Amino acid sequence: MRNEEPLIRARGLVKRFGEFTAVDGIDVDVAAGEAFGFLGPNGAGKSSTMRMIGAVSPPTDGELRILGLDPAVDGPRIRARLGVVPQTDNLDLELSVLENLLVYGRYFGLPRAVVRERADELLAFVQLTDRGGDKVDSLSGGMKRRLTIARALINDPDVVLLDEPTTGLDPQARHVLWDRLYRLKQRGVTLVLTTHYMDEAEQLCDRLVVMDKGRIAAEGSPAELIRRYSTREVCELRFPLVEGQPGPEHFVPELAAVVDRGVVERIEALPDRLLLYTADGDAAVAAVAAAGVHPLSSLVRRSSLEDVFLRLTGRTLVD
Amino acid sequence: MTAPVLTRGALSFFGQRLTAYRHFWRSSLISSVVQPVLFLAAMGLTLGVLVDRGRGLPGGVSYLAFLAPGLLVAAAMQTAFFESSYPVMGGIKWDRIFEAVLATPARVADLLVGHLLYVSFRVLTSAALFLAALVAFGAAASPLVVLTLPAALLTGLAFAAPITAFAARLENDSGFAGLQRFAIVPMFLFSGTFFPVSQLPAAFEWIAYLTPLWHGVSLARGLALGTLDGAAALIHVGYLGLWVVAGVVLALRSFRKRLAT
Repeated sequence: MRNEEPLIRARGLVKRFGEFTAVDGIDVDVAAGEAFGFLGPNGAGKSSTMRMIGAVSPPTDGELRILGLDPAVDGPRIRARLGVVPQTDNLDLELSVLENLLVYGRYFGLPRAVVRERADELLAFVQLTDRGGDKVDSLSGGMKRRLTIARALINDPDVVLLDEPTTGLDPQARHVLWDRLYRLKQRGVTLVLTTHYMDEAEQLCDRLVVMDKGRIAAEGSPAELIRRYSTREVCELRFPLVEGQPGPEHFVPELAAVVDRGVVERIEALPDRLLLYTADGDAAVAAVAAAGVHPLSSLVRRSSLEDVFLRLTGRTLVD
Repeated sequence: MTAPVLTRGALSFFGQRLTAYRHFWRSSLISSVVQPVLFLAAMGLTLGVLVDRGRGLPGGVSYLAFLAPGLLVAAAMQTAFFESSYPVMGGIKWDRIFEAVLATPARVADLLVGHLLYVSFRVLTSAALFLAALVAFGAAASPLVVLTLPAALLTGLAFAAPITAFAARLENDSGFAGLQRFAIVPMFLFSGTFFPVSQLPAAFEWIAYLTPLWHGVSLARGLALGTLDGAAALIHVGYLGLWVVAGVVLALRSFRKRLAT
Protein backbone atom coordinates (compact mmCIF):
# COMPACT_ATOMS: atom_id res chain seq x y z
CA MET A 1 0.00 0.00 0.00
CA ARG A 2 1.04 3.58 -0.63
CA ASN A 3 1.80 5.82 2.30
CA GLU A 4 0.62 9.04 0.66
CA GLU A 5 -2.87 10.38 1.29
CA PRO A 6 -5.47 8.86 -1.02
CA LEU A 7 -6.80 11.12 -3.79
CA ILE A 8 -10.31 10.49 -2.56
CA ARG A 9 -11.14 9.60 1.02
CA ALA A 10 -14.66 9.21 2.41
CA ARG A 11 -15.68 8.14 5.90
CA GLY A 12 -19.29 7.58 6.85
CA LEU A 13 -20.40 9.56 3.80
CA VAL A 14 -24.16 10.19 3.75
CA LYS A 15 -26.46 11.86 1.23
CA ARG A 16 -30.10 12.41 2.03
CA PHE A 17 -32.77 14.06 -0.11
CA GLY A 18 -35.55 14.89 2.32
CA GLU A 19 -36.66 11.59 3.82
CA PHE A 20 -34.82 9.50 1.23
CA THR A 21 -31.31 8.30 2.00
CA ALA A 22 -29.41 7.85 -1.26
CA VAL A 23 -26.00 7.15 0.28
CA ASP A 24 -26.00 5.58 3.71
CA GLY A 25 -22.59 5.91 5.32
CA ILE A 26 -19.88 4.65 2.97
CA ASP A 27 -16.10 4.52 3.40
CA VAL A 28 -14.01 4.87 0.24
CA ASP A 29 -10.30 5.32 -0.51
CA VAL A 30 -9.03 5.85 -4.02
CA ALA A 31 -5.27 5.96 -4.58
CA ALA A 32 -3.44 7.83 -7.35
CA GLY A 33 -3.28 5.92 -10.62
CA GLU A 34 -6.01 3.52 -9.66
CA ALA A 35 -9.09 2.62 -11.70
CA PHE A 36 -11.79 2.42 -9.07
CA GLY A 37 -15.37 1.35 -9.65
CA PHE A 38 -18.75 1.57 -7.96
CA LEU A 39 -20.72 -1.46 -9.13
CA GLY A 40 -24.41 -1.64 -8.38
CA PRO A 41 -27.90 -1.58 -9.83
CA ASN A 42 -29.81 1.61 -10.66
CA GLY A 43 -30.74 3.45 -7.47
CA ALA A 44 -27.84 2.04 -5.44
CA GLY A 45 -26.54 5.57 -4.71
CA LYS A 46 -23.69 5.55 -7.23
CA SER A 47 -24.58 8.80 -9.00
CA SER A 48 -25.21 10.64 -5.72
CA THR A 49 -21.77 9.50 -4.56
CA MET A 50 -20.21 10.70 -7.80
CA ARG A 51 -21.85 14.13 -7.51
CA MET A 52 -20.43 14.49 -4.01
CA ILE A 53 -16.97 13.44 -5.19
CA GLY A 54 -17.38 15.90 -8.08
CA ALA A 55 -17.67 18.70 -5.46
CA VAL A 56 -21.08 19.71 -6.81
CA SER A 57 -23.40 18.14 -4.28
CA PRO A 58 -22.63 18.80 -0.59
CA PRO A 59 -22.59 15.69 1.64
CA THR A 60 -25.34 15.52 4.24
CA ASP A 61 -23.04 13.87 6.76
CA GLY A 62 -19.66 12.21 7.11
CA GLU A 63 -16.18 13.16 6.03
CA LEU A 64 -15.03 13.70 2.46
CA ARG A 65 -11.60 14.80 1.20
CA ILE A 66 -10.83 15.07 -2.49
CA LEU A 67 -7.23 15.69 -3.55
CA GLY A 68 -6.59 16.46 0.11
CA LEU A 69 -9.15 19.29 0.07
CA ASP A 70 -12.56 19.78 1.65
CA PRO A 71 -15.24 20.16 -1.07
CA ALA A 72 -17.37 22.37 1.21
CA VAL A 73 -14.57 24.95 1.28
CA ASP A 74 -12.48 24.34 -1.82
CA GLY A 75 -15.08 23.26 -4.43
CA PRO A 76 -13.63 25.36 -7.28
CA ARG A 77 -10.04 24.27 -6.54
CA ILE A 78 -11.07 20.62 -6.51
CA ARG A 79 -13.14 20.89 -9.68
CA ALA A 80 -10.20 22.54 -11.44
CA ARG A 81 -8.37 19.21 -11.17
CA LEU A 82 -11.26 16.87 -12.00
CA GLY A 83 -12.66 15.68 -15.31
CA VAL A 84 -16.35 14.80 -15.19
CA VAL A 85 -18.30 12.55 -17.56
CA PRO A 86 -21.90 12.58 -16.30
CA GLN A 87 -24.47 9.87 -16.82
CA THR A 88 -26.36 11.93 -19.41
CA ASP A 89 -24.25 13.79 -21.98
CA ASN A 90 -24.43 17.54 -21.37
CA LEU A 91 -22.68 18.90 -24.42
CA ASP A 92 -23.68 22.31 -25.78
CA LEU A 93 -25.84 21.34 -28.76
CA GLU A 94 -25.68 24.86 -30.19
CA LEU A 95 -21.91 24.60 -30.62
CA SER A 96 -19.73 22.60 -32.98
CA VAL A 97 -17.69 19.63 -31.79
CA LEU A 98 -14.46 21.66 -31.62
CA GLU A 99 -16.18 24.68 -30.03
CA ASN A 100 -17.42 22.47 -27.20
CA LEU A 101 -13.80 21.84 -26.26
CA LEU A 102 -12.51 25.38 -26.85
CA VAL A 103 -15.28 26.98 -24.80
CA TYR A 104 -14.85 24.50 -21.94
CA GLY A 105 -11.12 25.13 -21.63
CA ARG A 106 -11.77 28.77 -20.74
CA TYR A 107 -13.51 27.85 -17.48
CA PHE A 108 -10.18 26.43 -16.31
CA GLY A 109 -8.31 29.63 -17.12
CA LEU A 110 -6.14 27.96 -19.73
CA PRO A 111 -4.48 30.18 -22.35
CA ARG A 112 -6.23 30.07 -25.71
CA ALA A 113 -3.23 28.55 -27.51
CA VAL A 114 -2.99 25.73 -24.96
CA VAL A 115 -6.70 24.95 -25.23
CA ARG A 116 -6.49 24.98 -29.02
CA GLU A 117 -3.57 22.54 -29.05
CA ARG A 118 -5.14 20.23 -26.46
CA ALA A 119 -8.49 20.29 -28.26
CA ASP A 120 -6.84 19.04 -31.44
CA GLU A 121 -4.96 16.32 -29.54
CA LEU A 122 -8.09 15.24 -27.71
CA LEU A 123 -10.18 15.10 -30.87
CA ALA A 124 -7.52 12.80 -32.29
CA PHE A 125 -7.51 10.74 -29.08
CA VAL A 126 -11.28 10.17 -29.26
CA GLN A 127 -11.14 9.67 -33.03
CA LEU A 128 -13.26 12.70 -33.92
CA THR A 129 -10.69 14.84 -35.75
CA ASP A 130 -12.67 14.88 -38.99
CA ARG A 131 -15.88 15.88 -37.15
CA GLY A 132 -14.49 19.03 -35.47
CA GLY A 133 -16.61 21.45 -37.47
CA ASP A 134 -19.85 19.45 -37.25
CA LYS A 135 -22.79 20.26 -35.02
CA VAL A 136 -22.90 17.99 -31.94
CA ASP A 137 -26.42 16.89 -32.86
CA SER A 138 -25.16 15.08 -35.94
CA LEU A 139 -22.95 12.74 -33.86
CA SER A 140 -23.95 9.19 -32.93
CA GLY A 141 -24.44 8.28 -29.27
CA GLY A 142 -20.98 6.72 -29.04
CA MET A 143 -19.35 9.77 -30.63
CA LYS A 144 -21.14 12.15 -28.24
CA ARG A 145 -19.90 10.04 -25.35
CA ARG A 146 -16.34 10.21 -26.68
CA LEU A 147 -16.62 13.98 -27.11
CA THR A 148 -17.84 14.27 -23.50
CA ILE A 149 -14.76 12.32 -22.44
CA ALA A 150 -12.49 14.56 -24.53
CA ARG A 151 -14.09 17.61 -22.90
CA ALA A 152 -13.49 16.11 -19.44
CA LEU A 153 -9.78 15.87 -20.30
CA ILE A 154 -9.32 19.48 -21.50
CA ASN A 155 -7.87 20.55 -18.11
CA ASP A 156 -5.49 17.55 -17.96
CA PRO A 157 -7.26 16.34 -14.79
CA ASP A 158 -5.75 14.30 -11.95
CA VAL A 159 -8.94 12.30 -11.59
CA VAL A 160 -11.59 11.47 -14.18
CA LEU A 161 -15.08 10.68 -12.87
CA LEU A 162 -17.22 8.60 -15.22
CA ASP A 163 -20.86 7.95 -14.33
CA GLU A 164 -22.17 4.96 -16.30
CA PRO A 165 -19.79 5.64 -19.20
CA THR A 166 -21.26 3.12 -21.66
CA THR A 167 -24.91 2.86 -20.65
CA GLY A 168 -27.14 3.06 -23.72
CA LEU A 169 -24.36 2.40 -26.24
CA ASP A 170 -24.27 -0.48 -28.71
CA PRO A 171 -21.63 -3.20 -28.15
CA GLN A 172 -19.23 -1.85 -30.78
CA ALA A 173 -19.35 1.69 -29.40
CA ARG A 174 -18.78 0.30 -25.91
CA HIS A 175 -15.62 -1.50 -27.01
CA VAL A 176 -14.25 1.64 -28.67
CA LEU A 177 -14.91 3.55 -25.45
CA TRP A 178 -13.34 0.88 -23.23
CA ASP A 179 -10.26 0.95 -25.41
CA ARG A 180 -9.94 4.74 -24.94
CA LEU A 181 -10.48 4.49 -21.18
CA TYR A 182 -7.93 1.70 -20.97
CA ARG A 183 -5.39 3.94 -22.68
CA LEU A 184 -6.11 6.72 -20.20
CA LYS A 185 -5.55 4.28 -17.37
CA GLN A 186 -2.23 3.25 -18.87
CA ARG A 187 -1.17 6.90 -18.96
CA GLY A 188 -1.61 6.92 -15.18
CA VAL A 189 -4.84 8.90 -15.03
CA THR A 190 -6.90 7.98 -11.97
CA LEU A 191 -10.32 6.76 -13.05
CA VAL A 192 -13.40 6.58 -10.84
CA LEU A 193 -16.39 5.07 -12.53
CA THR A 194 -19.84 3.76 -11.78
CA THR A 195 -21.45 0.97 -13.72
CA HIS A 196 -24.14 -1.65 -13.51
CA TYR A 197 -22.35 -3.75 -16.13
CA MET A 198 -20.18 -6.42 -14.58
CA ASP A 199 -18.17 -6.85 -17.79
CA GLU A 200 -17.34 -3.14 -17.73
CA ALA A 201 -16.23 -3.37 -14.11
CA GLU A 202 -14.11 -6.44 -14.88
CA GLN A 203 -12.54 -4.79 -17.93
CA LEU A 204 -11.66 -1.45 -16.38
CA CYS A 205 -11.46 -1.60 -12.60
CA ASP A 206 -8.40 -2.45 -10.55
CA ARG A 207 -10.57 -2.30 -7.48
CA LEU A 208 -14.25 -1.83 -6.89
CA VAL A 209 -16.96 -1.66 -4.31
CA VAL A 210 -20.30 -3.39 -4.72
CA MET A 211 -23.04 -0.91 -3.78
CA ASP A 212 -26.59 -1.76 -2.86
CA LYS A 213 -29.25 0.50 -1.32
CA GLY A 214 -26.75 3.23 -0.47
CA ARG A 215 -24.31 0.94 1.30
CA ILE A 216 -21.13 -0.86 0.35
CA ALA A 217 -21.68 -4.62 0.35
CA ALA A 218 -18.13 -5.69 -0.51
CA GLU A 219 -14.80 -4.32 -1.68
CA GLY A 220 -11.83 -5.73 -3.59
CA SER A 221 -10.37 -6.42 -7.03
CA PRO A 222 -12.74 -8.18 -9.45
CA ALA A 223 -10.72 -11.41 -9.10
CA GLU A 224 -10.66 -11.18 -5.28
CA LEU A 225 -14.38 -10.58 -5.07
CA ILE A 226 -15.11 -13.55 -7.32
CA ARG A 227 -12.79 -15.75 -5.29
CA ARG A 228 -14.29 -14.62 -2.01
CA TYR A 229 -17.98 -14.67 -2.87
CA SER A 230 -18.31 -17.21 -5.66
CA THR A 231 -16.94 -20.52 -6.93
CA ARG A 232 -14.56 -20.98 -9.83
CA GLU A 233 -17.27 -22.09 -12.25
CA VAL A 234 -20.99 -21.82 -12.66
CA CYS A 235 -23.25 -24.33 -14.33
CA GLU A 236 -26.41 -22.74 -15.76
CA LEU A 237 -29.35 -25.08 -16.23
CA ARG A 238 -32.36 -24.07 -18.29
CA PHE A 239 -35.68 -25.89 -18.20
CA PRO A 240 -38.73 -25.68 -20.43
CA LEU A 241 -40.90 -22.81 -19.18
CA VAL A 242 -44.56 -23.77 -19.31
CA GLU A 243 -47.30 -21.35 -18.26
CA GLY A 244 -48.91 -22.50 -14.99
CA GLN A 245 -46.17 -25.09 -14.31
CA PRO A 246 -43.65 -24.64 -11.48
CA GLY A 247 -40.43 -22.82 -12.50
CA PRO A 248 -36.83 -24.04 -12.30
CA GLU A 249 -36.83 -23.84 -8.46
CA HIS A 250 -39.03 -26.98 -8.59
CA PHE A 251 -35.89 -29.01 -9.44
CA VAL A 252 -33.84 -27.76 -6.49
CA PRO A 253 -34.95 -30.55 -4.06
CA GLU A 254 -34.10 -33.20 -6.68
CA LEU A 255 -30.59 -31.77 -6.84
CA ALA A 256 -30.11 -31.76 -3.05
CA ALA A 257 -28.03 -34.93 -3.27
CA VAL A 258 -25.63 -33.27 -5.71
CA VAL A 259 -25.04 -30.48 -3.20
CA ASP A 260 -24.72 -32.99 -0.33
CA ARG A 261 -22.04 -34.89 -2.20
CA GLY A 262 -20.05 -31.68 -2.46
CA VAL A 263 -19.90 -31.52 -6.26
CA VAL A 264 -21.95 -28.34 -6.16
CA GLU A 265 -21.45 -25.77 -3.39
CA ARG A 266 -24.85 -24.08 -3.62
CA ILE A 267 -27.75 -23.48 -6.00
CA GLU A 268 -29.39 -20.15 -6.89
CA ALA A 269 -32.82 -20.32 -8.52
CA LEU A 270 -33.64 -17.52 -10.97
CA PRO A 271 -37.02 -17.20 -12.68
CA ASP A 272 -35.66 -18.69 -15.92
CA ARG A 273 -32.77 -20.90 -14.82
CA LEU A 274 -30.79 -22.54 -12.03
CA LEU A 275 -27.22 -21.49 -11.23
CA LEU A 276 -25.06 -24.26 -9.76
CA TYR A 277 -21.95 -22.89 -8.06
CA THR A 278 -19.13 -25.40 -8.35
CA ALA A 279 -15.37 -25.84 -8.65
CA ASP A 280 -15.82 -28.15 -11.62
CA GLY A 281 -18.63 -27.39 -14.05
CA ASP A 282 -18.34 -30.55 -16.12
CA ALA A 283 -18.50 -32.73 -13.02
CA ALA A 284 -21.60 -30.80 -11.96
CA VAL A 285 -23.29 -31.42 -15.33
CA ALA A 286 -22.54 -35.15 -15.01
CA ALA A 287 -23.85 -35.20 -11.43
CA VAL A 288 -27.08 -33.50 -12.51
CA ALA A 289 -27.66 -36.17 -15.19
CA ALA A 290 -26.84 -38.89 -12.66
CA ALA A 291 -29.48 -37.44 -10.31
CA GLY A 292 -32.07 -37.99 -13.04
CA VAL A 293 -32.63 -34.27 -13.79
CA HIS A 294 -32.68 -33.44 -17.50
CA PRO A 295 -32.51 -29.71 -18.24
CA LEU A 296 -33.19 -28.25 -21.69
CA SER A 297 -29.63 -26.98 -21.81
CA SER A 298 -26.64 -26.75 -19.52
CA LEU A 299 -23.88 -24.20 -19.87
CA VAL A 300 -20.63 -24.09 -17.92
CA ARG A 301 -18.96 -20.70 -17.49
CA ARG A 302 -16.54 -18.93 -15.16
CA SER A 303 -17.91 -16.96 -12.23
CA SER A 304 -18.39 -13.22 -12.79
CA LEU A 305 -19.15 -10.17 -10.71
CA GLU A 306 -22.80 -10.77 -11.53
CA ASP A 307 -22.57 -13.89 -9.35
CA VAL A 308 -20.86 -11.90 -6.62
CA PHE A 309 -23.69 -9.39 -6.70
CA LEU A 310 -26.32 -12.13 -6.63
CA ARG A 311 -24.62 -13.74 -3.65
CA LEU A 312 -24.34 -10.46 -1.76
CA THR A 313 -27.80 -9.05 -2.42
CA GLY A 314 -29.94 -11.95 -3.59
CA ARG A 315 -30.77 -9.95 -6.72
CA THR A 316 -29.40 -9.65 -10.25
CA LEU A 317 -27.60 -6.48 -11.38
CA VAL A 318 -29.59 -5.70 -14.50
CA ASP A 319 -33.29 -6.30 -14.13
CA MET B 1 -23.53 33.09 0.05
CA THR B 2 -21.05 34.40 -2.49
CA ALA B 3 -21.82 37.76 -4.06
CA PRO B 4 -22.35 37.69 -7.83
CA VAL B 5 -19.37 39.41 -9.41
CA LEU B 6 -17.54 39.36 -12.72
CA THR B 7 -15.39 36.30 -12.51
CA ARG B 8 -13.68 34.00 -14.96
CA GLY B 9 -16.60 31.60 -14.63
CA ALA B 10 -19.14 34.31 -15.47
CA LEU B 11 -17.13 35.59 -18.43
CA SER B 12 -16.59 32.04 -19.68
CA PHE B 13 -20.32 31.31 -19.66
CA PHE B 14 -20.99 34.64 -21.38
CA GLY B 15 -18.37 33.60 -23.95
CA GLN B 16 -20.01 30.20 -24.40
CA ARG B 17 -23.39 31.81 -25.10
CA LEU B 18 -21.80 34.32 -27.50
CA THR B 19 -20.08 31.48 -29.36
CA ALA B 20 -23.48 29.83 -29.82
CA TYR B 21 -25.01 33.18 -30.80
CA ARG B 22 -22.51 33.52 -33.64
CA HIS B 23 -24.30 30.60 -35.31
CA PHE B 24 -27.72 32.26 -35.40
CA TRP B 25 -27.23 35.96 -34.76
CA ARG B 26 -28.83 37.07 -38.00
CA SER B 27 -32.19 35.38 -37.49
CA SER B 28 -32.20 36.24 -33.80
CA LEU B 29 -31.39 39.92 -34.22
CA ILE B 30 -33.88 40.31 -37.05
CA SER B 31 -36.72 38.69 -35.13
CA SER B 32 -36.04 40.81 -32.03
CA VAL B 33 -36.16 44.00 -34.10
CA VAL B 34 -38.75 43.28 -36.79
CA GLN B 35 -41.66 43.00 -34.36
CA PRO B 36 -41.15 46.38 -32.66
CA VAL B 37 -40.48 48.01 -36.04
CA LEU B 38 -43.79 46.61 -37.35
CA PHE B 39 -45.59 47.99 -34.30
CA LEU B 40 -43.85 51.32 -34.78
CA ALA B 41 -44.96 51.44 -38.42
CA ALA B 42 -48.51 50.22 -37.85
CA MET B 43 -49.34 52.21 -34.73
CA GLY B 44 -46.97 55.13 -34.99
CA LEU B 45 -47.44 56.07 -38.60
CA THR B 46 -51.15 55.30 -39.08
CA LEU B 47 -52.89 55.45 -35.73
CA GLY B 48 -50.44 58.17 -34.75
CA VAL B 49 -51.71 60.48 -37.47
CA LEU B 50 -55.26 60.16 -36.09
CA VAL B 51 -54.06 60.83 -32.55
CA ASP B 52 -52.06 63.88 -33.57
CA ARG B 53 -54.96 65.27 -35.63
CA GLY B 54 -57.37 64.72 -32.76
CA ARG B 55 -56.95 65.96 -29.20
CA GLY B 56 -53.32 64.78 -29.24
CA LEU B 57 -51.16 63.77 -26.29
CA PRO B 58 -50.50 65.80 -23.13
CA GLY B 59 -47.63 68.21 -23.74
CA GLY B 60 -48.19 68.27 -27.47
CA VAL B 61 -45.79 65.37 -28.14
CA SER B 62 -46.22 63.60 -31.47
CA TYR B 63 -47.61 60.08 -31.09
CA LEU B 64 -44.59 58.59 -32.87
CA ALA B 65 -42.17 60.27 -30.45
CA PHE B 66 -44.35 59.07 -27.55
CA LEU B 67 -44.58 55.51 -28.81
CA ALA B 68 -40.96 54.88 -29.87
CA PRO B 69 -39.27 54.79 -26.40
CA GLY B 70 -42.17 52.73 -25.06
CA LEU B 71 -41.81 50.13 -27.79
CA LEU B 72 -38.06 50.01 -27.31
CA VAL B 73 -38.45 49.17 -23.62
CA ALA B 74 -41.33 46.74 -24.23
CA ALA B 75 -39.11 44.95 -26.77
CA ALA B 76 -36.38 44.74 -24.10
CA MET B 77 -38.91 42.99 -21.85
CA GLN B 78 -39.75 40.51 -24.63
CA THR B 79 -36.09 39.75 -25.32
CA ALA B 80 -35.42 39.26 -21.60
CA PHE B 81 -38.40 36.90 -21.37
CA PHE B 82 -37.33 34.97 -24.45
CA GLU B 83 -33.72 34.54 -23.27
CA SER B 84 -34.56 33.71 -19.65
CA SER B 85 -37.37 31.23 -20.15
CA TYR B 86 -36.63 28.32 -22.49
CA PRO B 87 -32.82 28.71 -22.46
CA VAL B 88 -32.76 28.52 -18.64
CA MET B 89 -35.08 25.53 -18.47
CA GLY B 90 -33.12 23.89 -21.30
CA GLY B 91 -29.81 24.55 -19.59
CA ILE B 92 -31.08 22.74 -16.51
CA LYS B 93 -33.30 20.01 -17.94
CA TRP B 94 -32.79 19.51 -21.67
CA ASP B 95 -29.21 19.79 -22.89
CA ARG B 96 -28.07 20.32 -19.27
CA ILE B 97 -25.25 22.69 -20.13
CA PHE B 98 -25.60 24.33 -16.69
CA GLU B 99 -24.55 21.04 -15.10
CA ALA B 100 -21.48 20.95 -17.37
CA VAL B 101 -20.56 24.51 -16.34
CA LEU B 102 -20.83 23.67 -12.64
CA ALA B 103 -18.45 20.71 -13.10
CA THR B 104 -15.71 23.29 -13.78
CA PRO B 105 -14.33 25.71 -11.17
CA ALA B 106 -17.33 27.98 -11.96
CA ARG B 107 -19.88 28.45 -9.19
CA VAL B 108 -23.64 28.90 -9.24
CA ALA B 109 -23.30 32.69 -8.94
CA ASP B 110 -20.89 32.74 -11.91
CA LEU B 111 -23.43 30.89 -14.00
CA LEU B 112 -26.17 33.38 -13.13
CA VAL B 113 -23.97 36.42 -13.78
CA GLY B 114 -22.81 34.97 -17.10
CA HIS B 115 -26.42 34.36 -18.09
CA LEU B 116 -27.44 37.91 -17.15
CA LEU B 117 -24.47 39.29 -19.08
CA TYR B 118 -25.67 37.46 -22.16
CA VAL B 119 -29.26 38.70 -21.68
CA SER B 120 -27.87 42.22 -21.28
CA PHE B 121 -25.94 41.83 -24.50
CA ARG B 122 -29.05 40.64 -26.34
CA VAL B 123 -31.23 43.42 -24.92
CA LEU B 124 -28.69 46.12 -25.74
CA THR B 125 -27.88 45.00 -29.28
CA SER B 126 -31.58 44.57 -30.14
CA ALA B 127 -32.43 47.95 -28.61
CA ALA B 128 -29.56 49.67 -30.45
CA LEU B 129 -30.76 48.30 -33.78
CA PHE B 130 -34.34 49.33 -33.04
CA LEU B 131 -33.04 52.75 -32.07
CA ALA B 132 -31.34 53.07 -35.46
CA ALA B 133 -34.62 52.08 -37.11
CA LEU B 134 -36.67 54.65 -35.22
CA VAL B 135 -34.19 57.40 -36.05
CA ALA B 136 -34.63 56.40 -39.69
CA PHE B 137 -38.42 56.66 -39.20
CA GLY B 138 -37.96 60.18 -37.93
CA ALA B 139 -39.38 59.07 -34.58
CA ALA B 140 -36.55 60.51 -32.50
CA ALA B 141 -37.63 63.78 -30.90
CA SER B 142 -34.05 64.69 -29.89
CA PRO B 143 -30.59 63.12 -29.44
CA LEU B 144 -31.69 62.39 -25.86
CA VAL B 145 -33.37 59.30 -27.31
CA VAL B 146 -30.01 57.51 -26.88
CA LEU B 147 -30.70 57.52 -23.13
CA THR B 148 -33.42 54.94 -23.73
CA LEU B 149 -30.67 52.31 -24.07
CA PRO B 150 -29.67 52.19 -20.37
CA ALA B 151 -33.37 52.32 -19.47
CA ALA B 152 -33.99 49.32 -21.74
CA LEU B 153 -31.08 47.45 -20.15
CA LEU B 154 -32.32 48.07 -16.61
CA THR B 155 -35.86 47.03 -17.58
CA GLY B 156 -34.52 43.94 -19.35
CA LEU B 157 -32.68 42.85 -16.20
CA ALA B 158 -35.72 43.62 -14.02
CA PHE B 159 -37.52 40.95 -16.07
CA ALA B 160 -34.64 38.59 -16.79
CA ALA B 161 -33.65 37.96 -13.16
CA PRO B 162 -37.09 37.00 -11.77
CA ILE B 163 -38.03 35.07 -14.94
CA THR B 164 -34.77 33.13 -14.60
CA ALA B 165 -35.69 32.28 -11.01
CA PHE B 166 -39.14 31.15 -12.20
CA ALA B 167 -37.80 29.14 -15.16
CA ALA B 168 -35.27 27.33 -12.98
CA ARG B 169 -38.06 26.01 -10.76
CA LEU B 170 -40.36 24.70 -13.48
CA GLU B 171 -40.68 21.00 -14.21
CA ASN B 172 -42.04 21.58 -17.72
CA ASP B 173 -42.40 24.48 -20.13
CA SER B 174 -46.19 24.96 -19.80
CA GLY B 175 -45.52 27.64 -17.17
CA PHE B 176 -44.07 29.92 -19.84
CA ALA B 177 -47.32 30.06 -21.80
CA GLY B 178 -49.09 31.17 -18.62
CA LEU B 179 -46.46 33.79 -17.87
CA GLN B 180 -46.69 35.08 -21.42
CA ARG B 181 -50.51 35.16 -21.43
CA PHE B 182 -51.14 36.56 -17.98
CA ALA B 183 -48.13 38.83 -17.44
CA ILE B 184 -46.05 39.68 -20.49
CA VAL B 185 -48.82 40.36 -23.03
CA PRO B 186 -51.11 42.33 -20.65
CA MET B 187 -48.12 44.42 -19.57
CA PHE B 188 -47.14 44.99 -23.16
CA LEU B 189 -50.66 46.27 -23.95
CA PHE B 190 -51.61 48.15 -20.77
CA SER B 191 -48.44 49.46 -19.10
CA GLY B 192 -48.14 52.72 -20.97
CA THR B 193 -46.39 51.58 -24.12
CA PHE B 194 -49.22 52.62 -26.45
CA PHE B 195 -51.15 55.18 -24.38
CA PRO B 196 -50.79 57.02 -21.06
CA VAL B 197 -52.04 54.77 -18.25
CA SER B 198 -54.18 57.73 -17.04
CA GLN B 199 -56.58 56.54 -19.76
CA LEU B 200 -57.24 53.36 -17.75
CA PRO B 201 -60.00 53.04 -15.11
CA ALA B 202 -58.54 54.10 -11.75
CA ALA B 203 -58.11 50.54 -10.36
CA PHE B 204 -56.24 49.38 -13.45
CA GLU B 205 -54.19 52.53 -13.48
CA TRP B 206 -52.87 51.59 -10.05
CA ILE B 207 -52.07 48.06 -11.20
CA ALA B 208 -50.15 49.54 -14.12
CA TYR B 209 -48.06 51.61 -11.68
CA LEU B 210 -46.98 48.39 -9.98
CA THR B 211 -45.70 46.76 -13.16
CA PRO B 212 -41.97 47.04 -13.80
CA LEU B 213 -42.71 47.72 -17.47
CA TRP B 214 -44.58 50.95 -16.66
CA HIS B 215 -41.54 52.20 -14.73
CA GLY B 216 -39.22 51.20 -17.57
CA VAL B 217 -41.41 52.84 -20.20
CA SER B 218 -41.86 56.01 -18.12
CA LEU B 219 -38.12 56.21 -17.47
CA ALA B 220 -37.21 55.76 -21.15
CA ARG B 221 -39.91 58.14 -22.36
CA GLY B 222 -39.04 60.80 -19.83
CA LEU B 223 -35.38 60.57 -20.80
CA ALA B 224 -36.10 60.63 -24.55
CA LEU B 225 -38.49 63.57 -24.36
CA GLY B 226 -36.46 65.44 -21.74
CA THR B 227 -39.48 65.60 -19.41
CA LEU B 228 -38.13 63.46 -16.57
CA ASP B 229 -37.67 65.03 -13.15
CA GLY B 230 -35.15 63.76 -10.61
CA ALA B 231 -37.66 62.35 -8.11
CA ALA B 232 -39.50 60.35 -10.76
CA ALA B 233 -36.20 59.07 -12.18
CA LEU B 234 -35.17 57.91 -8.71
CA ILE B 235 -38.46 56.07 -8.17
CA HIS B 236 -38.32 54.33 -11.55
CA VAL B 237 -34.68 53.30 -11.23
CA GLY B 238 -35.15 52.25 -7.59
CA TYR B 239 -38.25 50.18 -8.34
CA LEU B 240 -36.63 48.43 -11.32
CA GLY B 241 -33.47 47.89 -9.25
CA LEU B 242 -35.60 46.21 -6.59
CA TRP B 243 -36.89 43.71 -9.16
CA VAL B 244 -33.33 43.03 -10.31
CA VAL B 245 -32.05 42.42 -6.78
CA ALA B 246 -35.03 40.30 -5.71
CA GLY B 247 -34.78 38.36 -8.97
CA VAL B 248 -31.07 37.68 -8.51
CA VAL B 249 -31.58 36.47 -4.93
CA LEU B 250 -34.42 34.16 -5.98
CA ALA B 251 -32.55 32.93 -9.07
CA LEU B 252 -29.49 32.04 -6.98
CA ARG B 253 -31.77 30.08 -4.68
CA SER B 254 -33.46 28.31 -7.61
CA PHE B 255 -30.13 27.43 -9.20
CA ARG B 256 -28.74 26.03 -5.94
CA LYS B 257 -31.87 23.97 -5.40
CA ARG B 258 -31.86 22.52 -8.91
CA LEU B 259 -28.15 22.24 -9.65
CA ALA B 260 -26.18 21.93 -6.42
CA THR B 261 -28.09 19.70 -4.02
